[in-house]
This record gives sequence, structure tokens and C-alpha cells, in this order.
Amino acid sequence: MNTTGIFPISAVVFVLAALPFGPLSNTMLNFLSFAMIITLAAQGWNILAGLGGQFSFGHAAFFGTGAYAMAVLQMRFGINPWLAFPIAMIAAGAVGFAIGFLSFRARLRGSYFALVTLAFAEVFRILANTWNFTGGAAGVLVPLKSDPTQMQFGDKRWFFWLALACVTGALFVTHALVRSRLGAHLVAVRENEDAARALGVDALAVKLQAITLSASITGAAGCLYVQKFLYLDANLAYGTWISVEALLAPIVGGLGTVLGPLVGTLVLLGLGETSKTVFAKITGGAVPGIDLVVLGVLLIGCVAIAPRGIMGLVRRRAKA
Amino acid sequence: MSAALLQVRAVTKRFGGLVAVDDASLDVAAGSITGLIGPNGAGKTTLFAVIAGFEAPSAGRVALLGDDITDTPAHVRAQAGIARTFQIVQPFAGLSVLENIRVGAYLRHRHRAAATASAVAVARAVGLDQMLEKPASTLTVAGRKRLELARALATEPKLLLLDEVLAGLNPSEIRDMIPVIRKVRDDGVSILIVEHVMQAVMQLCDVVYVLAQGRMIAHGAPGVVARDTAVIEAYLGHGAAARMQSQQSIAASVPHA
Amino acid sequence: MLKLDILLSAVANGLMTGAVYALIALGLTLVYGVLHIINFANGAMLTTAMYGVLLAHSVAGIDPYVAVFFLTPLFFAFGYAIQRWVIGPASHGDDNNILLVTLGLAIILENALLAIFHSDTRSIDVPYGFSVIEVGTLLLSVPRLIAFAAALAVALLLALVLTGTDTGKAIRAVAKEKTGAMLAGIDVEHIYAVTFGIGAACLAIAACLLMPTFVVNPRTGNAFVLVAFTIVVLGGMGSIAGALVGGLIIGVVESLSGLAFGESLGQIGIFLLFIVVLLVRPTGLFGAKA
Repeated sequence: MNTTGIFPISAVVFVLAALPFGPLSNTMLNFLSFAMIITLAAQGWNILAGLGGQFSFGHAAFFGTGAYAMAVLQMRFGINPWLAFPIAMIAAGAVGFAIGFLSFRARLRGSYFALVTLAFAEVFRILANTWNFTGGAAGVLVPLKSDPTQMQFGDKRWFFWLALACVTGALFVTHALVRSRLGAHLVAVRENEDAARALGVDALAVKLQAITLSASITGAAGCLYVQKFLYLDANLAYGTWISVEALLAPIVGGLGTVLGPLVGTLVLLGLGETSKTVFAKITGGAVPGIDLVVLGVLLIGCVAIAPRGIMGLVRRRAKA
Repeated sequence: MSAALLQVRAVTKRFGGLVAVDDASLDVAAGSITGLIGPNGAGKTTLFAVIAGFEAPSAGRVALLGDDITDTPAHVRAQAGIARTFQIVQPFAGLSVLENIRVGAYLRHRHRAAATASAVAVARAVGLDQMLEKPASTLTVAGRKRLELARALATEPKLLLLDEVLAGLNPSEIRDMIPVIRKVRDDGVSILIVEHVMQAVMQLCDVVYVLAQGRMIAHGAPGVVARDTAVIEAYLGHGAAARMQSQQSIAASVPHA
Repeated sequence: MLKLDILLSAVANGLMTGAVYALIALGLTLVYGVLHIINFANGAMLTTAMYGVLLAHSVAGIDPYVAVFFLTPLFFAFGYAIQRWVIGPASHGDDNNILLVTLGLAIILENALLAIFHSDTRSIDVPYGFSVIEVGTLLLSVPRLIAFAAALAVALLLALVLTGTDTGKAIRAVAKEKTGAMLAGIDVEHIYAVTFGIGAACLAIAACLLMPTFVVNPRTGNAFVLVAFTIVVLGGMGSIAGALVGGLIIGVVESLSGLAFGESLGQIGIFLLFIVVLLVRPTGLFGAKA
């Protein structure tokens, strides 16, 4: 597999980090911050599905667990968000391990794995919606304290840089993973599990490590989401929207590539916003859902003609 | 005499009502090439799967260097030194030749550089060093068979299980492959080989076991086994041995002109 | 004795809902049995059909039980076209691709409905919407009883079509041995599309049976997606009898767990059942060994 080098990764990160120094509107900054959160969720998904070949339709289970842990640790236990962040990531990773243990041990794969992850996310959604501990249907509100020690920033650029730092971390983790023994094992299991076992690969252990890492990265996205919007309910945390965003971005950007989730998210969200604006102009009013119609078409188009996504197209160009 | 490297004792494998392997035993002596032959459907591949840990036997034991490994999962057996190839080649199709072999090499080498170096060395030994960057999916049948062998060798096994690595090759490709296999043994890897290509079995094997309808019907030196009445009948049908003998005696009784 | 009455009526209601669930699952299980794919757009296609019923009623004043006669062929054509010209060519025969393509279809349909009809929940008014008949101590809703009977009839009809007609035999041949069927001169792509069309037609019928007593919004189908999958997994992937029995079981389980845990937590029973069945016995209660 082609691996993206350190240089292009660093270049992309530097360009993104420099953006807020330019004349950037508040709307644009919010858009970019949100894009970083989705990218992080998608990077988590990409490790399990892109490298490991296990297509989860329920990454909301990890996003939501990270988000709820972040919110509840602050609100119920008064824990500082900087400390709550890693704890929440561990919690999301633990949920990933548990779901992985149950489903991989039962040898679920393909559609069965997709369905069971979807069902787990739904169970979490219903529980969070009814349980008082998580605020029930009313949700959890994190009070506004514009204080960096509370991971809240008066200057919105700082939140963007924080989110970008997380994305950068995930980029380098993915880069290292692709070049590591675990990465090679993961790809081998994706390509042919029996052949991998014959070569001494413990397929169950490899998949479990992948889903745990994947879940904690997507869980980190949930943490950032809470700190950005300071509000959470069950449909935001465990809803299908985030499972879908997390899988759309890598597929559009380039499944299993290091930069795919980032490229895919920017394209998806950009295209979504553009189509909303364009259709609103044409019809003279907001058209709900039209952005997602466009993204659905894009998803089918990518599967049909660009199986390696945008990164694949870029590479083919570069080679030609 | 020291114990055999691999000991298979009274292994039986049933699938529902079907008995695929019935009370079969065999030994692979250290440093040997041992052959396993038999008609189609005799249970050779099933016995292989039991030895490699891909199927659990219904009864019987498997031991490597005296250690019982009957209940050991496949990947742990690979760590213990058993490597196998598949009758139907199973390349990691999306990966390059080097990446394929490196998956095997990672078993003994944790670090990328060491694993790569080891993979390249193995590729050279089996004659794949000219196509390291090629996608595995673009290899010819002969190339895939070599890749299958290379990946297994990269795990640095004590015992190599070869499941019909010569099937599907043309005579000249078979001639090229035989010295490669012999070289593997000379480098200290013991080999158990399932093969239909008799010429290769005769040339390579020190000992041959014959499996028919799940039962081990004969074993010994290749030349001896090939003349065994039960073996001939298993391959050619009941009465074949008698017919062959009578033909030979007729031929012998014809006076030379 | 009041307790027993409530219990009995919960079971009766569960059975009636379960029959419609079975109908929704029927298409899904048939498509799985023949094409070996999971149609993620099943729920969104059901919602689309429900809006079709709604439109027919509100624009042209057509009764749902009349609409069934033109919506069913229309949806058959829709399903045929989608499999033949979208799912088939786009997925290059890869399982994960099929999942993604049908997910894409689900996203498109659901949000197209949202764009056209907005997120309001709607229903239709039919004169018989609330009529009931008394059976012993039970009061049974007439439209739901009709739905129950019709769903069973459709399942029976489908079984007859599969065993008695040439197309049905071709479908079963493709399901059993695709290559062999192809060699025997069966147009496999055509049979795939026909099967998908039948699945879509089942959804249209289900929509017509549901609308007199149900409400619809663009996300309604989602609620049915996992329910239908649960039934299919429970009944054994590809088994029509399994889908029927599974549907009835799920209907009753949902009804009873709603009674025991309340409406919102009641849903959880189905998902937990689904997870447990998948983890413990993925071949289903009636399925053969994989």
C-alpha cells in the first residue's frame, strides 16, 4: 500500500494552522472547527474499516460515550475537562473493546458486523435518553466559562487549534500504524483472515486492538464536540448522523489512506454547505436535507467510480 | 533415535456423518521431506488443516517436538514453528509481493527494517526478487505458488506444510520449483508435502505416507510404496494390482527375440 | 382478571403489528436469500411508499386499500430499476460496497422526502380508521386486522409464486447455485432485479396496510430498519417461513416489553434481542448451518 509521507502530512497541517491568521470570518472558523471534529471521528473509523476491513455502522457508540463521559465527568464529578478528556477517551476505547470482543469472538463480519454495531449504538441512544444520570431526554448542559483551564476559549481560534492538534495527533498515529507490525497484521486480516492466521497473526487480538484505538479516537471527537457546543443529548451523541459522517468522509476522501478522512470531511462539509446555499437561492427558502441528498449521491458515485476516493484519484494523476 | 519433529497420532476428523480422516498417524523426522499422497478426496487437505490448527480433530493428538499442540490455535502453532501453504493460493491480493512476504517476516522480526530485510532475502531465495513492488494480484499461477511458499518461509518455520504447491504448474515450472523445495530442506526446514505430481514425490521425498478414504494404508520409501498392492488398488481400483502383475509376468515370459 | 385482559390484548396487538413487520422483513429476507446482500435502504423505501399512499389519498382521494393495486406494480418497477441499474453496476460485486450503496440510497431517499415534505409528522383520515370489532373480551382494530390477514395472504402468495411459477423456480435456482443457473441459460442479473422488485413490492403493500393506522415522517422507516433486520436474523437469513414467524415473535416481544418497561425503553427489547441472536446464533432460530 502507498503510504503518505511525513512531508505532505506536515504541509497540510501547517496550511490549516495558518488559516486563522488570515481574514477568516467567524462562520468560517466555526465551520473549520466543526470539520476538525468530524475529521477526528472519521480518522477513528478509518483505522478499523480502512485498514482493518471491518465496516462499522455504529461509531456513534464511541463518539457518544466520549461525549457523555466528558460532560458527565465535568458536571457530576467536577473533574477538570483537561483531565476528563483522556478519561473519556479511555471510556470510549473500553466500549470499543467490549463491542469488539463480543462481535469478533462471535465471528461477525461484513453486514453482520455493520448491523450489530448499529444496534449497539441504538441501545446506547435509548439508554442515554431514559437514564437520569445522563440527563435523560433533556440532555446535559455544560456551563459557559470562557477560561482556557476549563478548555473553553474566548478567542475561537484557540479551539480550532486544539481540534487541529488532535487531528494532527491522529494523523501521525495513523501514519505510524500503517508502517508498523500491527498495521501490517491489520491489513493482512482485512485481505485474508485465514492466510493471516497461518502466518502467526492472532486475528482476534489484532481486530480488538484496532477497534479499541479506533473507538478512543472517535471518542476524542465526542469530547471536542461537548467543549464546542456545551450541550449534549442522546440524539446528538448516539444518533446515526455521526456514524454516517464518520464513514462517509474516509470513503469519499480515500479509504485506508492517512489523509483520506481529512480531505473527505472538508469536501463533504464544503459540498453540503454549498448545496444548501445554492438550493436555498433557487427555491427562495431553506430546503432541509438537500445537502444530505447530494452526499448520498456522492457516496454511491465514489463506490462506483472512485474506490480509493479522492486520494486515489490524486495518486492516479500523480503516476500518469 | 530421537523423537520425530511432528507426531500425528490416531487423528480422526468427522464432518457430521462423513469421516474425512479415520484414525490416521504419521511422523515427520527432523530434516526430512515427508510426502503425503492419496487419491482425490482421501482426506489429505483435512489432515493438513488439523496439523496446522485450522480444524480441531474429533479424536487423536498432534505433537510438535514432543509438545502436545492438539488444542493450540493456528497462529500459536505458527509461532511454535509450523508454517503452511494453501492448496488454493490465498495471497493478500491488495498488497505488493514484498508486503505479502513481510507479513510473514513480522512473526520473528518486530521492526519494519528487519522484517523488510528478511522478506527481501526470502524473496531472493524463491526467485521473486525481481517483482517485489508488483501487486500480488498481477502474478501468474507459478508466481503465486512461489509467493505462497515465500510467505510461509518468512515465518522461519521448523516444519513447512506444502499443500500441492506444484499443482497447476507446467512441466518446466515444476522442474524449476523442485530445487527450490530441496534447498529449503537443506537449509534445515523439515517438510511435509501433499502432492499429486508423482515424479516430484519420487524425487523429493524420503518417506511417503498414503492416505485413502481417510485411512493410512501404507508408508515407507517412495520406491517401495509405489509397488505396494494396497496403494495401487487405492489409485487404480480393485484388482488393478493383480492385472498389472499378470501383465508384467506375461511381458517377462515373452522370449526375447 | 383485568390483568389477563390487558395481557391478551397486548399479545393480539403484537401479533397484528408483527404480521406487517413480517411483510417488511419478507422482502429483506428474499433479497438476502437470493442476492446475499443486505438492503439498507429497506426502511427508506418503506417510508417512500408510505408517502406514496399519503399523496394518493390527499391529492386524488384514493383509499389506501385501492392504492395498493397501482403502488405495488410501481414499486416493483422501482426496485427492479434500482437493482439493475444502480446497486448492481455500482458495487462491483463486493459485499462492503453493496452495504455502502444501499446506505447511500437510504440517505438519498430519506432526505429527498425531508426536502419535499419537511419533517412534519402526517397521517391520513379514513372513515374506518378507528372501527373495532369485539372478539370475546378483546376489542380489535379493523384496519389492523385487515393488515394481519393481508400480510399472511401475501406471504402465502409469495411462497406459491416461488414454488409454482417459472420465474419463482428461476429465483430459487439462482439462490441455490448462481453459476449453475447462469450455465442453464438463466439471466442472473434479470432475476436479481426481479427479486429486488418483489422486495420493493412487499414494502408498497406494507405501506398501504400501515397508513390507515400509522403516522409517517421522513424518518419513520428507520424505526423499521432494525426491526426488520432482527426478524430476518431471528428467522434465519433467506427463510420466508422464518420471516413470518420471526415477525410475529417480534411484534409480541415489542408489545409486551412496551407494557413492562414503558414506550421509550420498550424499544430496547428488540435491539437487545437482535444483538443476542447475532452473537449467539447468527444463523437464526430456523436457519440451516451457514
